[in-house]
Amino acid sequence: MDDDLTAGSMLYLDGVSVSFDGFKALNNLSLTVAPGEMRAIIGPNGAGKTTMMDVVTGKTRPDDGEVFFNGTQDLTALDETQIAELGIGRKFQKPTVFEMHTVEDNILLALKSDRRSRATLFWRPNNVDDRRIENILQIVRLSPLRQRIAGSLSHGQKQWLEIGMLLAQEPKLLLVDEPVAGMTDAETQQTAELLKEINRDRTVIVVEHDMTFVRELGVKVTCLHEGTVIAEGSIDQVSANQRVIEVYLGR
Amino acid sequence: MSAFPLTRALDRATVIVVSLLAAFAILVPLLNLAVPASSPFHVSSYFVALFGKYICYAILALSIDLIWGYCGILSLGHGAFFALGGYAMGMYLMRQIGTRGVYANPILPDFMVFLNWPELPVYWYGFQHFPYALLMIVLVPGLLALVFGWFAFRSRVTGVYLSIITQALTFALMLGFFRNNFGFGGNNGLTDFKDILGFNVQAPGTRATLFAISTLALMIGFLICRSIVASKFGKVLIAIRDAESRTRFLGYRVESYKLFVFTLSACMAGIAGALYVPQVGIINPSEFSPGNSIEAVIWVAVGGRGTLTGAILGAVVVNYAKTFFTSGPLAPYWLFMLGGLFIAVTLLLPRGIVGTVEHWLKRKPQSDAQAATANDVAGSPSGEPAPRPAE
Repeated sequence: MDDDLTAGSMLYLDGVSVSFDGFKALNNLSLTVAPGEMRAIIGPNGAGKTTMMDVVTGKTRPDDGEVFFNGTQDLTALDETQIAELGIGRKFQKPTVFEMHTVEDNILLALKSDRRSRATLFWRPNNVDDRRIENILQIVRLSPLRQRIAGSLSHGQKQWLEIGMLLAQEPKLLLVDEPVAGMTDAETQQTAELLKEINRDRTVIVVEHDMTFVRELGVKVTCLHEGTVIAEGSIDQVSANQRVIEVYLGR
Repeated sequence: MSAFPLTRALDRATVIVVSLLAAFAILVPLLNLAVPASSPFHVSSYFVALFGKYICYAILALSIDLIWGYCGILSLGHGAFFALGGYAMGMYLMRQIGTRGVYANPILPDFMVFLNWPELPVYWYGFQHFPYALLMIVLVPGLLALVFGWFAFRSRVTGVYLSIITQALTFALMLGFFRNNFGFGGNNGLTDFKDILGFNVQAPGTRATLFAISTLALMIGFLICRSIVASKFGKVLIAIRDAESRTRFLGYRVESYKLFVFTLSACMAGIAGALYVPQVGIINPSEFSPGNSIEAVIWVAVGGRGTLTGAILGAVVVNYAKTFFTSGPLAPYWLFMLGGLFIAVTLLLPRGIVGTVEHWLKRKPQSDAQAATANDVAGSPSGEPAPRPAE
């Protein structure tokens, strides 16, 4: 009976549970994201948002439940590298770019290409890769800073660079963890535009605390609490939901 | 195809270092052998012997810098690979002694006759042939590193834990080689060498040639390391050093990258040890002592890790200081000085000598470029006021 659901989905989680030393970080979590969709995931601290991403990207193995990508791929049987190769890209909560490399090299390392050591050892600078890098830098508005050391970028610029690195991987599914934390209002708005632009040809899952930003995105929202889904729907529906209000305000 | 990484590696600094090493490899033996001792240009045999040793240390330091400076693998047991290469060379040299030994046994080395061993152990077979010994010099350290690294990197042992196991590795090998029944001469090790490829190891001509070969080996090792770090492979190494799990999420097989450089580095260390042994005339288990490996790490830290040239400079400078101070009245205090040097470098000069100089050189043109970049930023969407720090 689940076959139809899994077949038509980009990401399919069913009954996923993860516990750390008895603490249930995810508790029977079920979630389906359709191809081409952008989904916002909200929830108070400790709701299990980051753990869910860890499960999808192979960093954490679920104790129980099914995780399927693109209808057929069982993600629980794969490790981080294999999952990345399948086409799932992840942006971390804290911007983690390679600080000692230039902006250009950060994108170069992320470009979808042969990842084996022999290929990188004999790789040569070429026009094709150069254009791909320039193209991505234009999308994330970092072209003028191409030669800068990534460590010297501002916080917002690092977030964009990381989104650029995600794009360079040409993933089918993007997981974006709190992209606007610590950004100015203008940067937040630009990031929303950027994500919408990216969503034109990729499935995106955004985890975010910032309600104005989620409203800006204008997409379907899933609210997690204590490792399970408590509400799903448009931002207005979700924010009117009694449980959601309790969870957010009742603490 | 294989020339491509090399051409990119040849920046100005590399060309200078390579030319200097080439000049050193040719001039020092020449000035030692061809110029009479009375001439002011004469290079003494003492200098050749001393710097021949330093050059071998420099190769070891280079191999450590490749994995520590660029990939963040701090091996505190690299002396083990150095010593294994040394033992392989020592075994060849022992087999060359033949009937000239004290017991004049044509096959068994003296220590085996002394211990009443009836015949040569199997693992000593073949070492009378130089090509076989050469193969073992690279293969034994390389294989050990491959197996050790395969287990360690696959289990994601990193940081201080990895350092501790490498330290344990060299310590275990030291205890093994100290035992007489291990078959490598016990605590006396292998010594009393007579000749190498038919040339007397003590002769000035042989010593000068060994010096030249060592310097050329250092030059080639430097070029190989430069080619690696200048390639995209090298960029991946730095990425692993700075953000290992990020690199993994990008889809790189971190463990195979680590395994490759670790094994290569061990082979280089083995070659360094093999060149060292005929020049100093002895190899014994104390070469495995953990202190030796730590000392080698200090050379790299002093010279500047992640610079390659720094490793070479650090090995020569620290060892020259060691020779200078341990031969004077300050000898008893050398270890305190070495410890103090390490602390001083860590606190005051974290980039090491070469790293600090590079940093200064880079900073100058950057302050000019500062104005230009400021304009860039103003033109980009990030022309916002100062970014707020991350939460």
